[in-house]
Amino acid sequence: MDVLNLAHGSFYMVGAYIAYSVVVATNSFWLAFVVAPLLLALLGAALEVVFFRRLYRHGHLAQVLLTFGFTLVFVDLVRAQFGPTTRSIPPPPGLGGAVELFGATFSSYSLFVLGVAIAVGALLLLGWRFSRVGAVLRAGVEDKEMAGLLGVDVPRVFTFTFAFGAGLAGLAGVVAAPEFAIYPGMDASVLILALVVVVLGGLGSIEGAILGALIVGLGYVIGTTLFPQFAIGLIFAVMAAVLVLRPSGLLGRRP
Amino acid sequence: MEVSASGLTVRFGALAALNQVDLEVAAGERRAVIGPNGAGKTTLLNAIAGELRPTEGSIRLGGRDATRLPAWRRARLGLGRTFQRSTLFSRLTVAENVALAVRARDRKGWRFWPVRDRPLEDEVARRLAAGGIAHLANRQAARLGHGERRILEVELALAASPSALLLDEPMAGLSGDERRTTLERLGALPDDVTVVIVEHDLDAVFALAKRITVLDHGVKIADGTPTEVRANARVQEVYLGAI
Amino acid sequence: MILGRLTSARNAALLAVLALGLASVPLWAPRFWIYIATQALIFAVFAMSLDLLLGYAGLPSLGHAAFYGVGAYACALLALRQVDGLFPLLLVGGVAAAIVAMPIGALSLRTSGVYFLMLTLAFAQMLWGLAVNWVSLTRGTDGLIGIPRPTLVGLDALEISLYERGAFFVLCLVVAVLTFAVLQVLARSPFGKTLEGIRENETRMRALGVPTFRYRFAAFVVAAGIAGVAGSLAAMSNGYATPDLLYWTASGFGLVAVVVGGTRSLIGPVLGAFVVLVAQLGLSTYVDRWELILGALFIGFVLFVPGGLVGLVRRT
Repeated sequence: MDVLNLAHGSFYMVGAYIAYSVVVATNSFWLAFVVAPLLLALLGAALEVVFFRRLYRHGHLAQVLLTFGFTLVFVDLVRAQFGPTTRSIPPPPGLGGAVELFGATFSSYSLFVLGVAIAVGALLLLGWRFSRVGAVLRAGVEDKEMAGLLGVDVPRVFTFTFAFGAGLAGLAGVVAAPEFAIYPGMDASVLILALVVVVLGGLGSIEGAILGALIVGLGYVIGTTLFPQFAIGLIFAVMAAVLVLRPSGLLGRRP
Repeated sequence: MEVSASGLTVRFGALAALNQVDLEVAAGERRAVIGPNGAGKTTLLNAIAGELRPTEGSIRLGGRDATRLPAWRRARLGLGRTFQRSTLFSRLTVAENVALAVRARDRKGWRFWPVRDRPLEDEVARRLAAGGIAHLANRQAARLGHGERRILEVELALAASPSALLLDEPMAGLSGDERRTTLERLGALPDDVTVVIVEHDLDAVFALAKRITVLDHGVKIADGTPTEVRANARVQEVYLGAI
Repeated sequence: MILGRLTSARNAALLAVLALGLASVPLWAPRFWIYIATQALIFAVFAMSLDLLLGYAGLPSLGHAAFYGVGAYACALLALRQVDGLFPLLLVGGVAAAIVAMPIGALSLRTSGVYFLMLTLAFAQMLWGLAVNWVSLTRGTDGLIGIPRPTLVGLDALEISLYERGAFFVLCLVVAVLTFAVLQVLARSPFGKTLEGIRENETRMRALGVPTFRYRFAAFVVAAGIAGVAGSLAAMSNGYATPDLLYWTASGFGLVAVVVGGTRSLIGPVLGAFVVLVAQLGLSTYVDRWELILGALFIGFVLFVPGGLVGLVRRT
């Protein structure tokens, strides 16, 4: 969509907190799994219509500024509602144990996360390349005016996409909740990594994002094993190196 | 300064915007480049100016190989240009626009102390008057009419005192008076300034140019005097008898 | 375009009155407000350097706080090695930041827009990572503590110690005013005008023979140096240097200050810095949700008052 949204991490965080609330209230992880993405999608749609619409033509800096403001607001709202202490929820029943595969032990929950990631990745990839919505979105990003002239309801497509993205972030938050700590600053930690992944992979390319995620994920694990202190620095160094050699990212479109 | 291109090819993916184009413009020559839309004329200018890197071929400016030089270095060699879409400092006034061009030419950018530069101000005033836009000196460039913007565009290029000038459709959208002023301005250029002008306005082309190069679909299809070009069967075919 | 208002005598007089008024603050303000004002002045120097980058050179950077942090650490390291002269301590921050900025600028400035934003962020986070992990140099998240206040030759004779709140406040005021003056001069100079041209239309400047990369590089390094000096002041003021000075959210708050105050005006960032600081330190003692308020205020400004506070004043 060519939108730089620093508040995307906040969607992730809100998703995790919604999961927490739902689990605390109903003890059902699966309910949260469904509810959080929906709520976040609604939130995303509302934000897009009210705020983001105005900023598309003002360029990335305005978006950066606006969304930075949102991160401040969201973090404080969450802190006001839930307090600053770290929360956690257990994995759902059935996924709490470990599984033996190919001679190694894996936590069932990790496999579940892997499964979700593959499913989402496949859905996005196929949708982006082969669905009508994907084609419309690609057209809208490429040339908004032209797409509009061709009868595409560009505003609605953008709202839908933004909402979809927010929903996915919320899903990520739910999925992450049993595995990682839930605290008011979690948006920042995930956001930086996500930005590295997206920029490394190349803006405007789902394949790039997947590739970027693989590189970052593997790189981080390898890095922590080899030089635990500088693992995150390694990730950034890789990103910087890639950007210097290929300014649009590995698979990005030339701006 | 001579301007020449040899085997110039610019490809965007599968599309060849320019295909093995040769161009040789002698110092002080007035050359027009014409052709239907999409012929690659602006691409040619962009490649010569350094805004675009060619896929194949070379560029020579004043006898030097300029193929690897960045745009600003080519400008420093004496190459000036206008853009098809007016490329101005929109939020600055007309006078400030021209001042920037003069300051850039005189390489005064590395001075860190503000001083009143009267010679610069005088030159700016002179240039504005010559271009017929002195009355617009304090107006923001964004607030100019289309024709006025095109005139300022030409003035910016001229302010650099170039020894070779690339003009991209300077006449587009000008009123009768504005055309006249611009033609005068261009006609009054010193004899040693090379001019390569891309234009659709054929009257201007014949008024200014001694030789014409015709492009079509990225390929040079004719190169010669106006008479020769007019008589060229292929050119006639491409223009459907418009000349 | 560059605050022509300030060149007129009336406005110069206004500024002088303002500066003198500020200088008198230590005499009548309660101690806590002197502290806030001091922090605001230090942040104002940082914000002004960010405005040089953003407003004048047109380079949006999410990593500027890294230079601030580098300055703080450089000053801290020097101070902990028993150097206590004021000028060396101030300057080392600026010089260290400028040196670090050179390779970062050389690489980042080859890109623009979103990628520039991301690259500067990446480099800043790398430096933050260094600050956290290079424990032998920086003591990691504990940071460098126990930094003494510097001394200056004449002050001893006058029996003024920089440990006194008021005296340190005046020092920060002097640095802020000097920074303001230097940047004003720079903005009006041929260099500043060329920078402005590059910001307005880089393609046109290239076509006029201007080596735009060099100018932006110069602006980047100078801005980093000034941020480094602010960092030195911060280290002296707080007595410590910690990694969170470099974290990208610190750069974010810098952007908030510049945008709320108004870019390209220099006085704007100063105003914005005060707003942000007052919110951070002052408001937080009365109101729990100061971040929310600041965030909402910021959003409001981005959407409805893009010219910032200075823009508001210009309109009325």
